[in-house]
Amino acid sequence: MSHISPTIWQFLNKWLTNFPLFPPEASKIAPQMDALFFFMVLVSVIGLTIVVLLVTSFSLLYSQKRHPVAVQVEGSTLLEATWTIIPLGLFLIMFVWGALIYFRVYTPPANSMNIYVVGKQWMWKAEHPGGQHEINSLHVPTGRSIQLTIISQDVFHSFSIPAFRVKREAIPGRYTTVWFEATEPGTYHLFCTQYCGTNHSQMIGDVVVMTPQDYKRWLDESTSGMSLAQNGERLFASLSCAACHNAKPDARGPNLANVYGAKLPLSSGGTVTADEAYLRESILNPSQHITQGYAPIMPTYQGQISEEGVIALVEYIKNLNSDYRIEQTLNTTDLLPGSEGKTAPASAGQASPKPAPQGKVNQ
Amino acid sequence: MSATIVSLPDQSTARIPKMNYLTKENGLLSWLLTGDHKRIAMLYLISLSFFFFIGGALAGLIRLELLTPQADLMATDTYNKVFTMHGVIMIFFFLVPSVPATLGNFLIPMMIGAKDLALPKINLLSWYLYVAGGILAIYTMAAGGVDTGWTFTTPLSTHYVNTNVLTTGLAAFIAGFSSIFTGLNFIVTIHKMRCPGMTWFRLPLFVWAHYAASILMVLATPVVAIAIVLIALERTIGIGVFDPTKGGDPLLFQHLFWFYSHPAVYIMILPGMGVISETISTFSRKRVFGYTAVAFSSVAIAVFGFFVWAHHMFIMGISNYAVLVFSLLTMLVAVPSAIKIFNWTFTLYKGSITFETPMLYTFGFMGLFTIGGLTGVFLGTSGTDIHLTETYFIVAHFHFVMVGGMLMAFLAGIHFWWPKITGRMYPEKISQLAAVVTFIGFNFTFFPQFILGTLGMPRRYASYPPEFQVLNVFSTAGATILGVGYLLPVLYLTWSLKYGEIAGNNPWQATGLEWQTQSPPLTENFTVTPIMDHEAYDYEWLEKQKEKEVTHAG
Amino acid sequence: MPDSHTIIHGASEAAHDAHAEHPAYLRHHFENTAQQADATNFAMWLFLVTEVMFFGGMFTAYLIYRNWYYPAFVAASHQLDVRWGTLNTLVLIISSFTMAMGVWCAETRRKSGLVLCLVLTMILGVGFLGIKTIEYSEKIEKHHVPGFHYSLQSFTDPQSDPAVYAEYHDKALPLDMARHTEVYFSLYFALTGMHALHMIIGIAILVFMIFRAQAGAYTSGHVTFVENFGLYWHFVDIIWIYLFALLYLISRHQ
Repeated sequence: MSHISPTIWQFLNKWLTNFPLFPPEASKIAPQMDALFFFMVLVSVIGLTIVVLLVTSFSLLYSQKRHPVAVQVEGSTLLEATWTIIPLGLFLIMFVWGALIYFRVYTPPANSMNIYVVGKQWMWKAEHPGGQHEINSLHVPTGRSIQLTIISQDVFHSFSIPAFRVKREAIPGRYTTVWFEATEPGTYHLFCTQYCGTNHSQMIGDVVVMTPQDYKRWLDESTSGMSLAQNGERLFASLSCAACHNAKPDARGPNLANVYGAKLPLSSGGTVTADEAYLRESILNPSQHITQGYAPIMPTYQGQISEEGVIALVEYIKNLNSDYRIEQTLNTTDLLPGSEGKTAPASAGQASPKPAPQGKVNQ
Repeated sequence: MSATIVSLPDQSTARIPKMNYLTKENGLLSWLLTGDHKRIAMLYLISLSFFFFIGGALAGLIRLELLTPQADLMATDTYNKVFTMHGVIMIFFFLVPSVPATLGNFLIPMMIGAKDLALPKINLLSWYLYVAGGILAIYTMAAGGVDTGWTFTTPLSTHYVNTNVLTTGLAAFIAGFSSIFTGLNFIVTIHKMRCPGMTWFRLPLFVWAHYAASILMVLATPVVAIAIVLIALERTIGIGVFDPTKGGDPLLFQHLFWFYSHPAVYIMILPGMGVISETISTFSRKRVFGYTAVAFSSVAIAVFGFFVWAHHMFIMGISNYAVLVFSLLTMLVAVPSAIKIFNWTFTLYKGSITFETPMLYTFGFMGLFTIGGLTGVFLGTSGTDIHLTETYFIVAHFHFVMVGGMLMAFLAGIHFWWPKITGRMYPEKISQLAAVVTFIGFNFTFFPQFILGTLGMPRRYASYPPEFQVLNVFSTAGATILGVGYLLPVLYLTWSLKYGEIAGNNPWQATGLEWQTQSPPLTENFTVTPIMDHEAYDYEWLEKQKEKEVTHAG
Repeated sequence: MPDSHTIIHGASEAAHDAHAEHPAYLRHHFENTAQQADATNFAMWLFLVTEVMFFGGMFTAYLIYRNWYYPAFVAASHQLDVRWGTLNTLVLIISSFTMAMGVWCAETRRKSGLVLCLVLTMILGVGFLGIKTIEYSEKIEKHHVPGFHYSLQSFTDPQSDPAVYAEYHDKALPLDMARHTEVYFSLYFALTGMHALHMIIGIAILVFMIFRAQAGAYTSGHVTFVENFGLYWHFVDIIWIYLFALLYLISRHQ
């Protein structure tokens, strides 16, 4: 810095701020990706320069005026090898470097804070575990790894935060995930980048990065009362899941306490790790994901729960480490195994919620 | 630039040969029912130009809208329809058929010493299918357009739009069969109808390039045909193959679609590369450096091109390990293109170079295709693809390779073979001007889009954040210059039909069997089957030939 | 397949030969009939390769979904009558035989034999389509056509379908797996429908060929049209054999 004149540095700074060539780096992965990008720009510039120099110099040296008779040169195996191996080597370096970054971006650390994102035409809905809901915006703290679990309610969308250098498709029917750790407080663009119909260009918003204290204050101010898990517990009871999923010895469904992250043996053979995708699939397509030792009798809830409802249930199950409250529900609502999910008579004055009639449950 | 290799007959006595493929028969029916590959090529040239300008007008509308950050020129729905049709028309009705259907059709039989392609009726059928598809595309526009994007992503295209998906899909389906039949014809012709002495390694590289592209046309196009059929079924009777609520998978469509659409880009570029081999050789007076390497790299691109399709799906939730495989294969497919660029460059070495218009377009191709191809590596690298995909970086990348690459090669080829096709030369000065204007306009239009993409501006956006406006204005300004550059050839080439200088058989003093015939050629190309007794690009042989008269009639 | 340069001996000799053997059916851009036959034959093989790629997309979809939803595929496959399927397979195999006989007749210049074989092939082809119509109408009756009041009853309550139940004794499928039978039927109709379309085109060409054969067009040396059509017909037959195995024969014996 001391070698650059302050005037020139000021000018460069002003120029780059007003006419940036790349977005701000606001996440931990951004500088890493930018480093690879610059390497590739460098290689490209050098490559292009070589080609342009060769073409220009040959054109001048061997123009018809200067070199009226062409000399037929068949080829050169050495040159062929050179310009095969060197580009291939450079491309392979880029491949490995890029693959490392790719794996890094799509392998969330274990202790990430999970935020659910549901895309639909033409808005983004973000749900924090504490129950805070946002539309077309995402508030995140710095210094914490944050995993986004994304799904679409209708068509393909794509959740893109250029300042973080992350992007992930929102697909109907399955979760996709991406993670980041924000580093710079500020407001950054959020775009939908997969064409999704009429208002695709309006499906944009803001990502607001805050210091941890500001974030905590924001959480407190915008809470809607119940966390995702609490909503999930309500749904769990209203859909009478406890009729089969309880801790009784003759329960018809597996116990769900601490099931998240466990390795489950499937009745079709093989094991599966019970992650968010598995939990979602077990609710919507249960007959393919029966745990070993249980009969394939779980009904499907496809069409009866919205994506937000599924997210709430998944969050609930993720945080479930004891059956105490489930037992309470059973005891107070006469919801015994054998009622098969039929609506039970309302209990008298207990805290447990009324079971809702079958039908779409909107959250 | 006063040095030139052009060698024209004495203009005061030269005449267009009375008997040629244009004058053989007269009347509309003789054209509409022709089996002559040269006439079919001309039919294609006229219809292709027509569709190119429609697609170009749509591009102009896009750039006009993007002058301002708001969606104020047209409703967003309309904008969505405009960019969809721009893509559909440019890809299916211009780029895929361009060089093969015009120059390939015209030249391949002549280059191998044959009288026509193997299946002339199928060739004519190809053209009718192309026109039928094109008419359907125009009908779609008149009937309100379609707004799914040319990529027909499900479930948007199957359940969430009520625009003309079926007619557009049908148009693309029909155009696909046109492409399949063209490729089939080329493969059979190249295998079975080479003249005596024309071994595989004496073929011009133009023929090798078309052979490789034809393999892709024949093997890949049917897969997109079935993808379109499945979309039609899904859309009409709701069969559920792509619908997650019925157990289907929208990603299956992506796989089926990109299994064709990636090889499609090589279908588009390989014939253009074939043109470049011919022009760079002629204007350096030298055999292409590393002939075998260039020939094999065409086939390598075709083969590898089948195995990289999922690099269009890196962020769509495919497994990380699949990403590894496809990214690695993408790196491999980039190498043969690099090999070609360097071989062409070294063709210049110790050559005797002149700078006529086809050579200017050739240089433009080499620079712009290098940039476009290298940016493809940015995208094939999985890590950077996360940031760059679905932004204007992609738009810039494919326009560099397709417009800066393929379209420049097409123009190079049209100018290079114009004397052979019409018997007349185009005016040199204005054509050189047009080439330079095109190059400048192109860079102004599309280079800013790389920056826009890096900044994060998504593609297919009718409105955008205001900080992107300056670069968008640059891009639109460039587009107007580019438009001028493309209009000029239409004007002066048409002018040359009547007023251009008489070209004679071989104005460029090029090698190649097509230059040993009269200009324009006879319907049967050769009165006697030629015998190929020299290597391709044999300029020493050409020197000896200069004395001999070549067969022509009238 | 010989390359063109081994057929021709030299430019002037080629001109002589071409005049010597210049039957009416020799197209003018070919040097001789051998080259024409070779080229058109190669073209038909190449076209069949494109057809493989065309059906290949649907076979890929079948592969994936059968893997994911095997119980649904088994139950849905049991809804197809394997007797009709076997009969259809026999019909097509016999039609391939009659077609091959037709090619032989053309090559040995037996005009009436050729016409007879072509007529038989056509009748068998129409018979195939007739049986397919019977099967399709049965599917329509039972509401197993995706998108048209598709009914899951046969799968959630197998005993409501006594004929199929008597044969297979299937267990009831859970509702979500039963829904996936619709994917099976989508592929069934897409695959057999596309196959039937190819059959219809083949039969139309057969009708054309019967008239031409009657006029002697194929029994005076120019057999390539019949040979190439034979290739097409055999290809349609082979596709059916795969369809029969994949669609009708899924786990018939549990």
